[in-house]
Amino acid sequence: MNDLSTSSQITYRAVPIRPGVIRRIRGLSDQALAWLFITPTIVLLLAINIFPLVWTIYLSFTNYRANRPNAPTLWLGTDWYQSILTDPDIWAAMQVTAHFVVWTVLIETVLGFGLAFLIDKKFRGHGLWTTIILLPMMLSPAVVGNFWTFLYQPQIGLFNYVVAFFTGRGASSFQMLGDVTLSPWAIVIVDAWMWTPYVMLICLAGLRSIPDYIYEAAEVDRASNWRQFWSITLPMALPFIMLAVLFRGIENFKMFDMVNLLTGGGPGSTTEVASITLKRAAFESWRTGYSSAFAIILFVTVFGLANIYVKALNRVKSR
Amino acid sequence: MSASNAAHSVVEPSTGSRRFAGLLVILYAIITMVPLIWIVLTSFKSPDDAISYPPKVLFKPSLEGYCNVFTTRSRQTQEFIQTLGPPQGLCDNIARSRNMVVAGPSNYVPRFINSLIIAFGSTVLAVALGTLSAYGFSRFRVPLKDDLLFFILSTRMMPPIAVAIPIYLMYRTVGLSDTRLGMILLYTSVNVSLAVWLLKGFIDEIPREYEEAAMIDGYTRFQAFVKVVLPQATTGIAATAIFCLIFAWNEYAFAVLLTSGNAQTAPPFIPIIIGEGGQDWPAVAAGTTIFLVPIVVFTVLLRKHLLRGITFGAVRK
Repeated sequence: MNDLSTSSQITYRAVPIRPGVIRRIRGLSDQALAWLFITPTIVLLLAINIFPLVWTIYLSFTNYRANRPNAPTLWLGTDWYQSILTDPDIWAAMQVTAHFVVWTVLIETVLGFGLAFLIDKKFRGHGLWTTIILLPMMLSPAVVGNFWTFLYQPQIGLFNYVVAFFTGRGASSFQMLGDVTLSPWAIVIVDAWMWTPYVMLICLAGLRSIPDYIYEAAEVDRASNWRQFWSITLPMALPFIMLAVLFRGIENFKMFDMVNLLTGGGPGSTTEVASITLKRAAFESWRTGYSSAFAIILFVTVFGLANIYVKALNRVKSR
Repeated sequence: MSASNAAHSVVEPSTGSRRFAGLLVILYAIITMVPLIWIVLTSFKSPDDAISYPPKVLFKPSLEGYCNVFTTRSRQTQEFIQTLGPPQGLCDNIARSRNMVVAGPSNYVPRFINSLIIAFGSTVLAVALGTLSAYGFSRFRVPLKDDLLFFILSTRMMPPIAVAIPIYLMYRTVGLSDTRLGMILLYTSVNVSLAVWLLKGFIDEIPREYEEAAMIDGYTRFQAFVKVVLPQATTGIAATAIFCLIFAWNEYAFAVLLTSGNAQTAPPFIPIIIGEGGQDWPAVAAGTTIFLVPIVVFTVLLRKHLLRGITFGAVRK
């Protein structure tokens, strides 16, 4: 770092009259500086993300088991991939994941956009209330999942008490986390509670990006409020809504911590989202090769989804 | 949504629709706060109040939950307790009223310290690396810049469990399993992508003319970076640091799979706080409350930059 700076300092002072040369030399040292600045990050990511990823790809073709490191490792080719893609349990987990992703993203988008729309009215004190609404999304999903298990307790939990209070059902007549039909919704409720503010914040930015003169023009043309909403507000906020949907979709596709603490995938496997299946295979049954193959399939899915959405996003933006 | 009657009119919405909107938002905010307020209330309840039906809103406050989360206690006979001297401190007093004596500090304390060390360590590293890279990407022509930036972002999209499998094997081989250093490096690698993207946005906003002026005055590029750009980017660096801190503080998946004791942080520990005869809810609530307070403070500090942080700097307001 030091010799770099002094050398260019010397160049600067030595040839002050020839700007072309200075630019060339400085350009060179800029390039060196650029690499000096960027390389450490790339090296870290290569070491802690890419190297392990390559290793995972290798393991996915073998029968390696992490709990038996000394056993001979056999090359299996694409056996794991074939068995995973034809495994009904994996497809069940994918269905659970799909249910979770679709419902959470839908609820969060509707509620989040609605809230953003209301906050955009700029009522008195909207700044304070917005900050309060944002709080849940900053918390640790694991800690959130854990304290919701308390709220969901059948006899003593606040959630059951409130439901009982409003519907007249007995507070211990239903178990949000222990019931096959209710538990998929229990995790959807917690996720929506936590992440609606996230969608709201992005939608709010979208609504605020719409310039006032468009509404003024619409008003001159006597467009109704209803018409303004469908022809101006919604289409102009759409790229932002898409962005929120993209981020939430990807995050919830890999959801682990909150669900692990709320239900651990149970009862049975009714809330076993893909990440939980993966964790059970990798760290409970120690089927390392098998789970590596599953991990790679999940990677590909996430990146595929991300790419499709990014393209759709650009198309909406360029419109 | 009540789009038709409360829709956007010209610039200023009417007072009526504004009030109605305010009412709905405040209602949502209050409902959304109930779970959090409930946890804080529970942390001040005695174990009996915490599991009473119907749930108690009014109760006699007790610090038993906080005592239980910080101490371990052992059950003793009444006769033995009477042979002891006067109780030492509040927690001992509460314990003795339940025929117990305080035996020592609980595991929550070292877990909390681990959380602090790992969160701060990884934040410092991620922000330092991120600032350098962000400046590099912002100011210099880097070959394959967009590809590199996408690569950096894509590392954050990987499902943590999938990453954890090879990391587990790698750390076992090099002896980083269940060490703070291992966790710091891992969290740094996750956070550095966020740091690069966020800080690139902040540094892009600093006019190049400042540095160019400084370099005409005889500064080298590196000096201009240190003396001109860094001071200008302070707010951005601080905001980025808080985001990294929050991530590392909240992280659970890696922590629960890769640490077991030595380097375990608070999130995997809080759910396994168990008292005699089932979960000790006031203690869990107390542990949760203490853990969440810093996040609440940081959220309030960050509120102007939240949008940037959650969209990797893509949306700036």
